[in-house]
Amino acid sequence: MAVDMELEAVLRPPEAPQAPYPPKVITLANGKRLVVREARREEVPTLLEAVHPTLFIHKDYYDIVGARLYAELLGWYTHRTQNEFCLVGQIEGLLVGMVNSRMYNAKTGMSLHTLAIDRGLRVGAHLFAAKMEHHIEYLGQDEVLIVAESPIGFRRWMIEYGLEPTDIPHELGGAPSYRLTRELYFKSKPRLVVGDRPVPQELLDEALREIVVADEDAIREKIAGLKGR
Amino acid sequence: MRDVAIIGAGMIPFGRRDQDTLVDMLAYASLKALDDAGVSAVDAVYVANMGGGILQRQTAIASALVDRVGLLPAAADLVENGPASGGSAVKNGVLAVASGYYDLVLVAGGEKMREVTGWKATDFVATLTHPETEYPYGITLPGMAGMFTRLYMEKYGVTREMLVEIAIKNQQMGALNPYAHVEMLITKEGILDSPHSVVNNPPMADPLHLYDACPVSDGAAAVILCPLDRVKELTHNVPVIVAGFGQATDTHTLAERDDPTDLKAVTLAAQQAFERAQTKPAEINVAELHDAFTILEIAESEHVGFFKKGEGGKAVLAGKTKLGGQLPINVSGGLKARGHPVGATGVAQVVELTWQLRHELPKERQVKNARAGFSINFGGFGNNVVAFVLKRGEK
Repeated sequence: MAVDMELEAVLRPPEAPQAPYPPKVITLANGKRLVVREARREEVPTLLEAVHPTLFIHKDYYDIVGARLYAELLGWYTHRTQNEFCLVGQIEGLLVGMVNSRMYNAKTGMSLHTLAIDRGLRVGAHLFAAKMEHHIEYLGQDEVLIVAESPIGFRRWMIEYGLEPTDIPHELGGAPSYRLTRELYFKSKPRLVVGDRPVPQELLDEALREIVVADEDAIREKIAGLKGR
Repeated sequence: MRDVAIIGAGMIPFGRRDQDTLVDMLAYASLKALDDAGVSAVDAVYVANMGGGILQRQTAIASALVDRVGLLPAAADLVENGPASGGSAVKNGVLAVASGYYDLVLVAGGEKMREVTGWKATDFVATLTHPETEYPYGITLPGMAGMFTRLYMEKYGVTREMLVEIAIKNQQMGALNPYAHVEMLITKEGILDSPHSVVNNPPMADPLHLYDACPVSDGAAAVILCPLDRVKELTHNVPVIVAGFGQATDTHTLAERDDPTDLKAVTLAAQQAFERAQTKPAEINVAELHDAFTILEIAESEHVGFFKKGEGGKAVLAGKTKLGGQLPINVSGGLKARGHPVGATGVAQVVELTWQLRHELPKERQVKNARAGFSINFGGFGNNVVAFVLKRGEK
């Protein structure tokens, strides 16, 4: 499809420069190494393959999270969402989860979604923590606005981080936002934010080489199967 | 009193069974046990369940099960005895057959806990605590277990490393058990040694951490009982004899115990079971202990006489309780990995031992030449405990 760049300039939201997220590696409960890194825009089609099966999983609100995440990633890919970023979690190249977010303005971050494909390993918790780390420590923001679409999210974010309730409607459906401040972030950091840098080159190369996506049945089984946690 | 044999055993995979109702799960397990025994009718049915009335707003579950699986007009009773409901139901089934009143009895245990949030499931289990002196103050079973663990560590030298070793061992065994809820392997590095373990394995009820606790599960299990002298006419299976059982209670509130680390009901129930079976702890080849929290596997292994006080944790580190060790404990994965649908657990322990004693499990999780098995089903925080000694019979 031919792209009219003159028109695109009108359609695309203006982008602010963003500091990169330095990749890190986390040892999971099963001893495997989770590489957390920033996804590249050109990797979005691959990410969408992993999100697609979640559109039809009602369990734990994966469908609403998946549907919104799909649209947000597409928005980033097509330059229709402003200042978005996406972090991915990979084990031996395999995609096990992702988080996305955006800079609402220079000082405030707007947390979007957290999607764990491998469950029971706290992949979602690690990725959410990385997202907050990026907003506060690397993008230098003062606060992040957050909502949860599932009870699990509420337990993980609002309670574990002790987030402040606000009456600011969040972009995701208008629910009142909870706020992570710099102070709350650094208070929570010792028990919630971990990871080693730099990532050993071999591990990083493996992660950057290709995002491997499990097939749709495997993703459904991991998320919604009998053993899903 | 007649000798009683287990001639059929059935279980469904534990986990999160969104698609099944509580009675569906009980029915599937019951049908498997009936098929295994090769019988199609029973005289009586005992159903173990703790939370149907609270979580599913369904009562009279035994009557519903009898109708569902086509066992009318069998007598049917529900047994609610907290997390020891399963053991109690098996005990009542054994008494019914031993007394001569019934010949064929189905005992099924089931629980559906995953349709509520973890908070509500924890609150539901906490309803077993004292309604005036414990529950209103927010006590939960993890909270009790945390306090118990702290005391047990101080008194007997239990370490976090010992608890972690149990979690690893039981999840290793669970990964080999197709009926287990948790099939994920964990490592010491990932849950204890690495600085990242602070997130992987966060404190749950200090000094207990996430991986010290069993998951919240859905599941069901069932057994068929008959008089030992009728085994040959009823089934081709190797009979498993209920050689002895014991049951004892302790104070409702933990605060009233002289020594909260002394699980008197565990000791008494085990002593009764061993005496009735004319068996010593050293003669047991395989044990299923109620490891709702890792500390309980150590404490129970000491209270029933497998190890001296203070030696249970060391035995774990020495590998004595692994498959192939001196006394394999929780080869099923235990509650820690198989899961703990509370009403099902006591029955599931008996099912696992039955399979072990019939020598029909895959090699990687069969205790070689097992002839005597033992179980502890631990209700409340040790205020109602049921123990069994089972033995392999002659075909």
